[in-house]
Amino acid sequence: MHPASSVIVFTVLSGFGFGCLFWLAIGLPDLMGLDAFVYYAIAFAVSVVGLVSSTFHLGNPQRALRAFTQWQTSWLSREACLSVIALVVMGLHAILVIFFGTNLQWLGILGAFFCLATVLATAMIYVQLKTVPRWNHMGNLVMFLLLSLTGGAIFTGSDWVVHLLIATALLQVGVWVYGDGRFAASGSTIESATQLGSLGQVRLFEAPHSGSNYLLKEMVHIIGRKHAVKLRFIALLLMSVVPALLAMMMPLSVVVLVVIAGIHIAGVMASRWLFFAEAEHVVGLYYDKR
Amino acid sequence: MTQLPPPSEVKLGLVIDLDTCVGCHACVVSCKGWNTENYGVPLSDMDAYGSNPVGTFLNRIHSFDVQPETGPAQTVHFPKSCLHCEDAPCVTVCPTGASYKRAEDGIVLVNEDHCIGCGLCAWACPYGAREMDAAAGVMKKCTLCVDRIYNENLEEVDRVPACVRTCPSGARHFGDLGDPNSEVSLLVAARDGVDLMPEQGTKPVNKYLPPRKKDQLVQPAGTGCGGHMEEVAAEPKGFLAWLDKSLEAL
Ligand code: SF4
Ligand code: SF4
Ligand code: SF4
Repeated sequence: MHPASSVIVFTVLSGFGFGCLFWLAIGLPDLMGLDAFVYYAIAFAVSVVGLVSSTFHLGNPQRALRAFTQWQTSWLSREACLSVIALVVMGLHAILVIFFGTNLQWLGILGAFFCLATVLATAMIYVQLKTVPRWNHMGNLVMFLLLSLTGGAIFTGSDWVVHLLIATALLQVGVWVYGDGRFAASGSTIESATQLGSLGQVRLFEAPHSGSNYLLKEMVHIIGRKHAVKLRFIALLLMSVVPALLAMMMPLSVVVLVVIAGIHIAGVMASRWLFFAEAEHVVGLYYDKR
Repeated sequence: MTQLPPPSEVKLGLVIDLDTCVGCHACVVSCKGWNTENYGVPLSDMDAYGSNPVGTFLNRIHSFDVQPETGPAQTVHFPKSCLHCEDAPCVTVCPTGASYKRAEDGIVLVNEDHCIGCGLCAWACPYGAREMDAAAGVMKKCTLCVDRIYNENLEEVDRVPACVRTCPSGARHFGDLGDPNSEVSLLVAARDGVDLMPEQGTKPVNKYLPPRKKDQLVQPAGTGCGGHMEEVAAEPKGFLAWLDKSLEAL
């Protein structure tokens, strides 16, 4: 799949932003006044920048409001609705905490729920797709949620940072290894795509068009996979290993946390780039390409 | 509405005969011709006369080479357009309601005025049947020529999809696959028609008729060309034999 930068920025930043809001919602840390203002402002800004960038890859973004209508069947629509609900609930929570010094626990729990639900819906946009076997399993769902929680834990300097970072490393390796076998396990082959297998071994003789097309550009992205192993290594180092080592060796001052967050986000971007670039769509079978 | 309607009784679709398709691409051209000036925005081409032309098409012909265990390989031309699936995953993922399946005849369409061009439906389709138009930023797909098949301004013979009307080898058939006694259903039954990628669970309405078994050419023993020509002499005779010998002696 084509790793569009707008979609990478969208999923990484909105995941991080809603993760930050999650920790603030459950009152870890328990902030008041100006401190709370700074934390909430950053968390909202990151979430909104992420959400807005998701509209950059649309062909007709002026109609984006229509995306709020089909929540009954569409995860993309659910993601849109849930993100707005989460922002509104957390906005209320923030106003009460910052200006009135009241932390309504039930409101916080509600906000935390919607933050996680938003991240879950984001993940489901990809996880639901049977056509992309590497995406189509719950491991990716947990990965999205875990990365969001980890990002928020770094942002709030939580005691759980190191545990969560180690968990991201383990799960990431598991998701990569498991994902490598998913296409073969899906049972889709050039024979099932053409139903010609009973006649003999099938290969593409001539493509339908000499140039490229939307399908090949969007869904048969092969270029990026050449350096996939090296990139996995880099992604793992930046996303989990280096931040975990820093968090273990240094006191978690604001400066250290900012550095850790920067390295971690760069690593998540690399991992998310691979998430797209390594994913193979079954339509490639009709082109004898994956 | 992106909720799928309950399965319709009428299931309009195509039956594509892989035995007779000669791979001429005439249906590709007629499909593009009809659909660029009818339903929705035109099917644009980018850099049409330049070095890297790309364009939107609703129907494309792949050609495959099938190698049996023994004997020569066989070429199979393979037309591919939307299969108007009963469990169409492209419809349910659509966030805007632009993609929908008609309750009355099962045709899957895109309401282009509502489409935001997110591309998720094209990701959800296993068959590559949807292409985003680069000029208009909306999703294009086979309409089953909905603006021909019910069009009373056209002559009766023309009230079939453009690709079906055009096909010079009669490889594309149009009809109601929901009716077990329709011509297309009988054809599917007679020729053991199949679903593409059944493991994807989309329940396509369109069916494909596999190529028939080939005749075996029986060759008379010891002849290379069906026994019509003399064997080519391996050893020269007469004058040539003398020339051959003399030249070798030199
Ligand atoms: S072939 Fe593809 S676009 Fe057509 S109905 Fe099936 S899933 Fe949807
Ligand atoms: S590209 Fe258009 S039709 Fe397809 S899912 Fe997005 S809004 Fe729906
Ligand atoms: S039915 Fe119409 S839109 Fe569909 S492939 Fe044939 S000509 Fe094209």
